[in-house]
Amino acid sequence: MAPVKNLREAYGQSLVALGKQNRNVVALEADLGKSTRSILFQAEFPERYFEMGIAEQNMASTAAGLALAGKIPFMHSFAVFASGRAFDQLRNSVCIPGLSVRICGSSCGLSDFGDGKTHQALEDVALMRALPGMTVLCPVDAIEVAKMVDCLLDWKGPVYLRINRNDLPFVTPEDEPYQIGKVWKLRDGSDAAVFAAGVMVSKALEAAEELAKDGISVRVLNVSTIKPLDREAIIAQAAGVRALVTAEEANIIGGLGSAVVEALRGVRHAPLEFIGVQDSFGLSAENYEILLRHFGLTAAAVAEAVKRLLGKA
Amino acid sequence: MVSSDTVKRLQRIALQLRADVVEMIGVGKAGHLGGSVSLGEIVAALYFHKMKFDPTNVADANRDRFLLSKGHAVLIQYAALIELGVIPRSELKQVKTLAGVLQGHPDMAQTPGMEAVTGSLGQGLSIGVGMALGLRLDGRPSRVYVIMGDGELSEGQLWEAAMAAYRFKVDNLTGIVDRNRVQATGPTKEVFDIPDIERKWESFGWHVLTVNGHDVAQVLQALDAAEQVKGHPTVIVADTVKGKGISFAEHNAAFHNGIFTEEQYRQAMAEIETRRAELEKE
Repeated sequence: MAPVKNLREAYGQSLVALGKQNRNVVALEADLGKSTRSILFQAEFPERYFEMGIAEQNMASTAAGLALAGKIPFMHSFAVFASGRAFDQLRNSVCIPGLSVRICGSSCGLSDFGDGKTHQALEDVALMRALPGMTVLCPVDAIEVAKMVDCLLDWKGPVYLRINRNDLPFVTPEDEPYQIGKVWKLRDGSDAAVFAAGVMVSKALEAAEELAKDGISVRVLNVSTIKPLDREAIIAQAAGVRALVTAEEANIIGGLGSAVVEALRGVRHAPLEFIGVQDSFGLSAENYEILLRHFGLTAAAVAEAVKRLLGKA
Repeated sequence: MVSSDTVKRLQRIALQLRADVVEMIGVGKAGHLGGSVSLGEIVAALYFHKMKFDPTNVADANRDRFLLSKGHAVLIQYAALIELGVIPRSELKQVKTLAGVLQGHPDMAQTPGMEAVTGSLGQGLSIGVGMALGLRLDGRPSRVYVIMGDGELSEGQLWEAAMAAYRFKVDNLTGIVDRNRVQATGPTKEVFDIPDIERKWESFGWHVLTVNGHDVAQVLQALDAAEQVKGHPTVIVADTVKGKGISFAEHNAAFHNGIFTEEQYRQAMAEIETRRAELEKE
């Protein structure tokens, strides 16, 4: 069956499925359960659901305590609060002991388009990537959300999961076996490679389709595991093309682009451009697409970057 | 009522723990003396009497949990674990060295017997509440003990945890506030005065007991009483003396994280010995 198109709805449903599989799965929420969809878990397992109030720091350390008691805690908030407000608690209570706490950073990036700067998470990838041992995931569609969450029963150590607020197009095959840590090739090409994550994957595919009309062949990679990054795959996929572009819905400082360049260090590679938010906070807008366009997170921007690097702009 | 033999045994142990702490700090190296030794009797009472804790099986799922939210006082916990044989005595001489396993703050990844990572202040009670909730879900008999500092109470997260413990009716956890009235840079009254600590906890829905934290019988009685309280959490506010038992360090912020001269080190050890001799005559 085709799952829902909405990523947070898919997340909520997947968490319930996980809760049915394993009674040690518990959930913590900071009064955003209707948004994060953790309320689906609450409805099914009220005794394993902890509404912690609007207190993200306490929630993070409490999750650590639950993990120390043998539970598999999933904590929820908007990405900006889950990663930023509770950063020190994630660092000390969770990451130093390497506890298997799952942090659901919901309404990630600009996807909470109306709420503006305070609620839009553009630094979360950089923050979470900087924590030793933290796995950083950015699923691209509802299908991948479900597969990723399914892996989180057994995956060791802390995980930060970026969940988009909105419906996103399906771009990953439903029947393909899944594992965390892989770089997924969604389209092959020989002139340029685009490494993308989250909402920018579909934009990159769109760009590749447009560029094909101009005879430019573009490879599109879904880098949904931003950390640990499969360095060998990045090097292999960056080889043999004349242009490299990274595309992310986050600040370009410390995000996916930085991670790809870190992976390519010491290796001769084609010229590279970052598509992402250029060291800025977000903004309120009437809808998601308008906001993405405002920050240059579009298929056209990806296509233009490819052309520019190939000397065809 | 606890027997006078038990009290005396724990008083002896408290002195031994203090001596171990002094030895760990040694001469010419900084160490968190004051807030470690203020906990002598409390730690002795917990590890050597109250807690279900088998030194030969520290991973027992049904053990009681000991958390130092004021992680800098970890020397007194190391002392207890050394006396119990969980940590080899040889480690006593290599605290905070690359060769040793005893870190500057509790680190379960490095040190046997540690239950969590604490030291960034304000996080221990939250961790303890999470543990207590998890243990309760599994129907385990374990109790969680969380020791906080009075200076530490300025961390807002502790009060978030206090609210959560009340909200979830956590009664398998005992909080202990080591009210030694001195923090890193001076007396709490001058640095950041937090009046009416008991009333604050009460207003957060906690059952509150106040004891003299150096009176073993009082401490034991409060620990037992806390266990009898059902439906909401209990905190023991323990009045203690920072630097207890080492005259020049008592009430002295300089020994929050101080350095002994050779002479001070000898004096500290001598004072503990004197107190030991007195105790045997009592």
